[in-house]
Amino acid sequence: MSKLGNLGARLYRGEVGYDFVGKRKIWYAVSILITITAIVGLAVRGLNMGIEFEGGAVFNTPKTSASVAKAEESAEKASGHDAIVQKLGDDKLRIQIAGVDIKKSDQIKKSLAADLDVKAEDIDADLVGPSWGEQIANKAWQGLAIFMVLVVIYLAIAFEWRMAIAALIALIHDITITVGVYALVGFEVTPGTVIGLLTILGYSLYDTVVVFDSLKEQSKDITKQTRQTYSELANKSINGTLVRSINTTVVALLPVAGLLFIGGGVLGAGMLNDISLSLFVGLAAGAYSSIFIATPLVADFKEREPQMKALKKRVLAKRAAAAAKGESAEAPEREADEADDVEDGPDDAAPAVVGPRTQPASRNRGRGRPSGKRR
Amino acid sequence: MAAPKKGRRQSAPGKPGRSLVFILIALVALTGGMFLSGHTTPRLGIDLAGGTSITLEAKNEPGQKNAINPTNMNTAVDIINNRVNGLGVSEAEVQTQGDKNIIVNIPKGTNEKQAREQVGTTAQLFFRPVITQAPGEPTPQPSDSASTGADKDKGKKDEKDKATDKATSPTSTPTSQGRAVSDALKDAPTPPASDKDKDGKKDPTPSADPATAKLQEKFTKLDCTDKKARVAAGQGVKPSEPTVACGKSPDGKTWDKFVLGPAEVNGKDVGKAQATINQNSGAWVVNMTFTKGGSKKFAKVTSKLSQQQPPQNQFAIVLDGDVVSAPSVNTTLSANAEISGSFDQESAKDLANVLSYGALPLTFHEQSVTTVSPALGGEQLKAGLIAGAIGLALVIIYLVVYYRGLSLIAIASLLVSAALTYAIMTLLGPTIKFALNLPAVCGAIVAIGITADSFIVFFERVRDEVREGRTLRPAVERAWPRARRTILVSDFVSFLAAAVLFVVTVGKVQGFAFTLGLTTLLDVVVVFFFTKPLMTLMARKKFFANGHKWSGLDPKRLGAKPPLRRSRTASAPVDPKEA
Repeated sequence: MSKLGNLGARLYRGEVGYDFVGKRKIWYAVSILITITAIVGLAVRGLNMGIEFEGGAVFNTPKTSASVAKAEESAEKASGHDAIVQKLGDDKLRIQIAGVDIKKSDQIKKSLAADLDVKAEDIDADLVGPSWGEQIANKAWQGLAIFMVLVVIYLAIAFEWRMAIAALIALIHDITITVGVYALVGFEVTPGTVIGLLTILGYSLYDTVVVFDSLKEQSKDITKQTRQTYSELANKSINGTLVRSINTTVVALLPVAGLLFIGGGVLGAGMLNDISLSLFVGLAAGAYSSIFIATPLVADFKEREPQMKALKKRVLAKRAAAAAKGESAEAPEREADEADDVEDGPDDAAPAVVGPRTQPASRNRGRGRPSGKRR
Repeated sequence: MAAPKKGRRQSAPGKPGRSLVFILIALVALTGGMFLSGHTTPRLGIDLAGGTSITLEAKNEPGQKNAINPTNMNTAVDIINNRVNGLGVSEAEVQTQGDKNIIVNIPKGTNEKQAREQVGTTAQLFFRPVITQAPGEPTPQPSDSASTGADKDKGKKDEKDKATDKATSPTSTPTSQGRAVSDALKDAPTPPASDKDKDGKKDPTPSADPATAKLQEKFTKLDCTDKKARVAAGQGVKPSEPTVACGKSPDGKTWDKFVLGPAEVNGKDVGKAQATINQNSGAWVVNMTFTKGGSKKFAKVTSKLSQQQPPQNQFAIVLDGDVVSAPSVNTTLSANAEISGSFDQESAKDLANVLSYGALPLTFHEQSVTTVSPALGGEQLKAGLIAGAIGLALVIIYLVVYYRGLSLIAIASLLVSAALTYAIMTLLGPTIKFALNLPAVCGAIVAIGITADSFIVFFERVRDEVREGRTLRPAVERAWPRARRTILVSDFVSFLAAAVLFVVTVGKVQGFAFTLGLTTLLDVVVVFFFTKPLMTLMARKKFFANGHKWSGLDPKRLGAKPPLRRSRTASAPVDPKEA
C-alpha cells in the first residue's frame, strides 16, 4: 500500500496526475457516445418492465421436485396466459405470469399447489395490478424532479450555480447511463430498480460534492495569483481527491456487490438483486461522472467568466515570459510547489483553522527534526 | 476571526472524552430502552415475517370529485381496520400511505382470502327495518323462538307488501325490546309526534318458507358476545334479503341481536350527517340529510315504520353487517332526520361519521397483494444479513489493508453506527410502527458505504495534512474543520434525497428511504461524537503520533514533506532531494 500512499501523496502535490480537465473533450465525447447509445437502446429495445408495471403475478414455490416444464404447463393452464418459469437455487421455482389480475390469483395458486405437490400456503405470491407500478414510477419521477430542484437550489447556495448545473448534468448523465444499461442488457425493471435508481441520486451527488468542496476551497483566492488557470486548479482538485474518490467508490461498491452477488446468488432474482444491480451500475457511473464530467464542466463554465478569462491571460503571459527566460523545463514542478503555497493562503484565512505559523511549539518541534532523515 | 477559531481549536481537542462518554451513554440508554420495552429485535415487515400485504388505491366514485381527502381516507382506514381486526386477527395494521393508498398488512396465520374479501369491498351501510330484537345470547327457549319466527314471517311479508305499504304488526314482542329502543328517529325540524301504533292488523300467515326457518334458526343460535359469530352473521348477505345482525345495546356494554328486513335505504342515500346539540333538550343528536332519491325512499319507509309497534318501528343502521344504531321512528320523515338517544359527543360524532362515510365516497382497488410465507421471508432476511455481513467484512478488509491502524477507528465507528442503527430501528418498531422490510435491509447495507465514506473523507484529510509535514495532533485538528464541512455538505445531499423519497413515494420505496435517511443522520452523529474524538485521543498515542508504519499515518509512506515551514524558500532546497 505504500506505493498507493506515495501515489496519493504525489497526486496530492500535483507531481503526477491525469489531465482530466485538459482532455475533457475526449471524455465529453465518450459520455455523449454512451448517452446516445443509451437513448438509442432505450428507444429501440425499450425497457423490460417487470410484472409490477405490467400487472401480473409472481409465485415463488418452496422446494419442489416438479420440473420447470411442468410448472409452466400448470401455470399456463390455470391462468390462460404465458408463464415464465425460472429455477432458483435449491429446487425452488419462480413462476411469473403477466396479465393476470389479482382476483384470479387464488385459483392459480391452488392449481399450482396441486400440480407441483406443495402446500398452497407455502407458495409466496406477489400480485400486482397494472396501475401500481405506474403509480410507483410516477411517484418516483415526481420525487426525482423535486429532488433535482431542491438540490440545485442547495448547491447553488452552498457552492455556486455553475457547480449546481454541472452536478445536475452529471446526475442526469448517470441516470441516463443506468437506464441505458438496463435497456441494452435487458435487465428487468422492478420497483427495486426504481429504488436503486433513486438512491443513485444521493450517491452520485455525494461524490461530486466532495470534489466540488475541494475545488471551492482551492479556488478561493484564485484571482490573486498568476500561476494557474481555473482549469488547472480544477484538474488539481480532481487529482488531489482522486484517491479519496476511488476509496469511496470501492467502499460503496463492496456492500452493494455483496448484496448483488451473494444476496442475489442465494435467492436468485428478487428485490435484493434488483436494488443492488441498479445501484452497482449507477454507482460506477456516478464515480465516473463526478471525475470526468462534473468537474470539467465546472471548469468550462468558470472559464467563461471575464475574470477567469483575464486570469488565464495573465497566467499564460507569465508562462510565456518564463519560457522566454528559459525556465520552461522547470516550470511545471515549481508551479506545483507554488500551488501549495497558494493553497495555504486561504487555509490560514479560513475560520476554525490556524496555520502552523501561529503555533510556535509545533513548528519548533518540526524544526528540531533533521529534515533529511525524515525522507 | 481569530477568537472563535481559537476557541474551537482549544475546546474540541480538549475534551474528546466527553463526546465519547456522551455517545456511550446514548448507546447504553438506547440499548437499555430496547430491553426495558421488551423489544430486542426490530419489528419485521410482512415481507420478512410472512403474511399478506395488500395495497389499496382509492378511486373517486363518479359524481363525487375531491372525495379523496384525508378525512375520508382516515375514515376508510378506521372502517377497514374494524373489518380486518373483526376477523379475530390481531396485529393487522391498516394505514394510509401517500395521498390515496391504504396499506393493509395482515400477519401470517390468518385467513388471507377472507381478509382480502373484507378489505377489498367498500363499506356497506344500509337502513333495514327491525323485525325482531333480542339480547345477544343464544335464545333456546322454544316459545321465544316461535314468536320470533312469526316476526320473521311478518318481515318477509313486509318486504312483499312494501309497495302497497301495508302495515303489519308483530305477533309478540321480545322481552328485551324496551332496553334497545332508547334511540329515536324523528323529523329534525318538528317536535316528535307520537303518532304511532296502528297496531292490531295481525299477519296471519306463518309461512313455511325454508329460508325463513333457516334465518330463524340462525337468529336463535346467534351469540353476539362471540366476535367471530358476529362477523359471520353479517357475511355474504345481499341487501335485498333479510338477515340477522348484532349491535351494541345503547348502554354500549351488552349486545343485542336483530332480525332485519331487507335494506330499504342505503348509505349512498345519505347526503350529510352531523353531530349537533339539540337546542330544546340540550342533548347530543345526529342530524341526517338525505339526497333527493334518498328522501323519497326514506319518507316511504318511515311512514310505514312509524305505524308499527316496538320493536318494529325501529330502523337499524347497519354498517358492514353490524347494527350501529337502531332508532325508533315516530313519524314520517323525509329529507331531514334527527336521531336522538343517549349520545355523548363522541358517540354522536361516531355515528355521524358512519352515516356520512359509512358507504365511503371512495372505492378501493387492489393495487398489489403480496403473500409471503414465513419460511421464505426468513430466508430473504438471512440472505440479506449474510450479504450485509459480507459487505461489511469486505469494507473492513479494504480499510485494514489501506488504512492499517487507522482502520481500527473506522471499524469501531462502523460498529457504533451499526449498534445505534439497530437499537433505534428496534425502538421505532413500537413507537412509530417502523417495520424492517427487505428494502430497508438493503438501505441499511448500502448505508455501510455512506458511513465509511465519511471516515475516508476525514482520514484522507488527515493524511493530506501529514503530507504537508505536520505532526499528527495538529494535523487532526486542522483536517477536521475541512472534513467536517465536506461530510456535512455531502450528507445533507444524501439526506435530502432520502427525505424527498420518503415524502413523495409510497410502499416499498418509503421503507428504503427511511432507512437511508436514518443512517445518514446517524452517520453525522457518529462522525462528530465518536470518530473525531476517538481520532483526537488516538493522535496522542505514540503508535499513531510517531507514525508507526502500521498506523496508516506513517509520514514516510505518505510521502510527507519535511516538517519545515512551508514556504517557497523552504521547499526550494527540498525539491531536488525529492526528485
